[in-house]
Amino acid sequence: MFQYIIRRIAIAIPVLFGVTIFNFLIINLAPGNPVDMFINPNMSEADINARKEALGLNDPLWEQYASWMGNLLQGDFGYSFSTYEPVLNNIADRIGPTILLMGSALIIAYLIAIPIGILSATKQYSFTDYFATTFSFFGISIPNFFLGLGAIYIFAILLPIFPTGGMNTLGSSGGILDTLRHLILPAFVLGTAIAGSMVRYVRSSMLEVLGQDYLRTARAKGLHEFVVNNKHALRNALIPIITIIGLEIPLLIGGAVITEQIFQWPGLGQLTIQSIGSRDYPTLMALNFLAAITVLFSNLFTDIMYSVVDPRIKYN
Amino acid sequence: MSSPNLNLDKHNQVISSNLLIQADVLGQEESYMKVIVTRFLKHKLAVVGLVTFILIVLMALFAPIIAPHDPYEIGYEFEAKPSMEHPLGTDQIGRDVLSRLIYASRISLAVGIGAVTIYVIIGTILGAIAGYMGKWADMIIMRITDVFMSFPFLMVILVLVSVMGPNLFNIILVLGFLGWPPVARLVRGSVLSLKEMDYIKAGVALGYTAPRILVHHILPNALAPILVNATFGIAFAIITEASLSFLGMGVQPPTASWGNMLTEAQSLTVLAQQPWLWIPPGLFIILAVISINFMGDGLRDAVDPKSFK
Repeated sequence: MFQYIIRRIAIAIPVLFGVTIFNFLIINLAPGNPVDMFINPNMSEADINARKEALGLNDPLWEQYASWMGNLLQGDFGYSFSTYEPVLNNIADRIGPTILLMGSALIIAYLIAIPIGILSATKQYSFTDYFATTFSFFGISIPNFFLGLGAIYIFAILLPIFPTGGMNTLGSSGGILDTLRHLILPAFVLGTAIAGSMVRYVRSSMLEVLGQDYLRTARAKGLHEFVVNNKHALRNALIPIITIIGLEIPLLIGGAVITEQIFQWPGLGQLTIQSIGSRDYPTLMALNFLAAITVLFSNLFTDIMYSVVDPRIKYN
Repeated sequence: MSSPNLNLDKHNQVISSNLLIQADVLGQEESYMKVIVTRFLKHKLAVVGLVTFILIVLMALFAPIIAPHDPYEIGYEFEAKPSMEHPLGTDQIGRDVLSRLIYASRISLAVGIGAVTIYVIIGTILGAIAGYMGKWADMIIMRITDVFMSFPFLMVILVLVSVMGPNLFNIILVLGFLGWPPVARLVRGSVLSLKEMDYIKAGVALGYTAPRILVHHILPNALAPILVNATFGIAFAIITEASLSFLGMGVQPPTASWGNMLTEAQSLTVLAQQPWLWIPPGLFIILAVISINFMGDGLRDAVDPKSFK
């Protein structure tokens, strides 16, 4: 198993390298460049060139990649083309709200998906199961943005319980309760979207465990059905459920971009949309890189966790 | 990529292809098709999904006949409430919302079918090469697959589309060129398990070329899981196009797309006071996506050998 983990990490390194190249290429093959946005009629050709030279945009592509990679290894993501601040600072400002939103959404998703998934598996082919499966299909079929707009329309406009967006009430000093009030709607919107696909994992994982011999044994020795399901079965079913977090991360990142945009949540997702609008390549590259790293590591984590919790799995 | 992975049981697919082989060997190909159709028709939601999907396709095909007005004509009252003349009202510049809604189905179907066709072709070719050739070809293709799958799907698409220019054609291309990794893995798995079968070895012994063996003897038996994946893929492509267009990075006005018809609802005034502008397109996205997902679910159950009695 130890050998497997080492090998799995070794495989991740070239993938990581590929990710940086791919990332660099897509953004740098863009036809426009950020200097175009600042050009005004008073600037001469020389001025424009000087600006490009200063930003390193005139170097050959591989040199730009090498210098970007070199800086990256030292933790330097360069300067934002739009705010002229270090990209790392901009990201640092935004990462907290995003983690808060994603974390809450993930917890909400688990809280919705685990009970529904278990119920649906223990009562397979019943009305409850049918209902749960349909729910999960709606979960994955409703676009995040429509769910978000609907939530704002119902819970912020028709019934003004929650604010329509932002993270704190403007002009107020903020505070935990105020943030929490702003967090509930976006977290639920993002959480429900993920819960949809999660229900299916929980259900199939639980169904697999329910067919095992040791549960028949537990029933045969007269244990109550509730104990059998919730103690003996659930514990074993939870292992794969916990590890699917790795599969949900990409969905979570994509969902966060849209959810943050709708709820004006000041996180990385909103920064992504803003950077696309202002062609801020260094920020975009850093964001894309960060997201890819997160996905890569969560996949690595999932694979390693599988081999740790289930020693029967053999890898070659 | 971050498409909701609906193919939970990867083993099913291999088994199902094995089963297909059995049917093939026994000369029961036709009856196998019949069994699948019968089983699909038993799945009520799948049938409802299929009927809804056919209706949407008809709506797209006959849009000029069904639509009460020209979707581009500006000449009506601005932001008019629903009325007999305009059942869903008019938008900010006075276009008929219902007509735009009907025409927009063409965009969604074009994206769904176009993107999936591209990525099924790419994925099948790469997966077949990786599985059949093995060794370094397999190694390289699978590492590239890993790289593609390490990017959060929506982020890369957003960046790529904004770099290439947001329009219908580019969206189809981007979705098509990014969506292939799951298909490649699926096909590779099928090929790996099939190429050890005796009938394939017989083909090799007979001196058939690799492409002939792949195209005529292996791929037909891997068709069922690809078809299931493609069905879910269409739904996912439609929802992605809608999200991009909603963010302004997709199909650009004046062309109507269900996604860009919702863009205006980001303003609270529209959201609060003109619900007829944004609720109908949203419901249509859900209707299209869920009907395709139900179809996919029915198809998956129908080709799943575990439920054969």
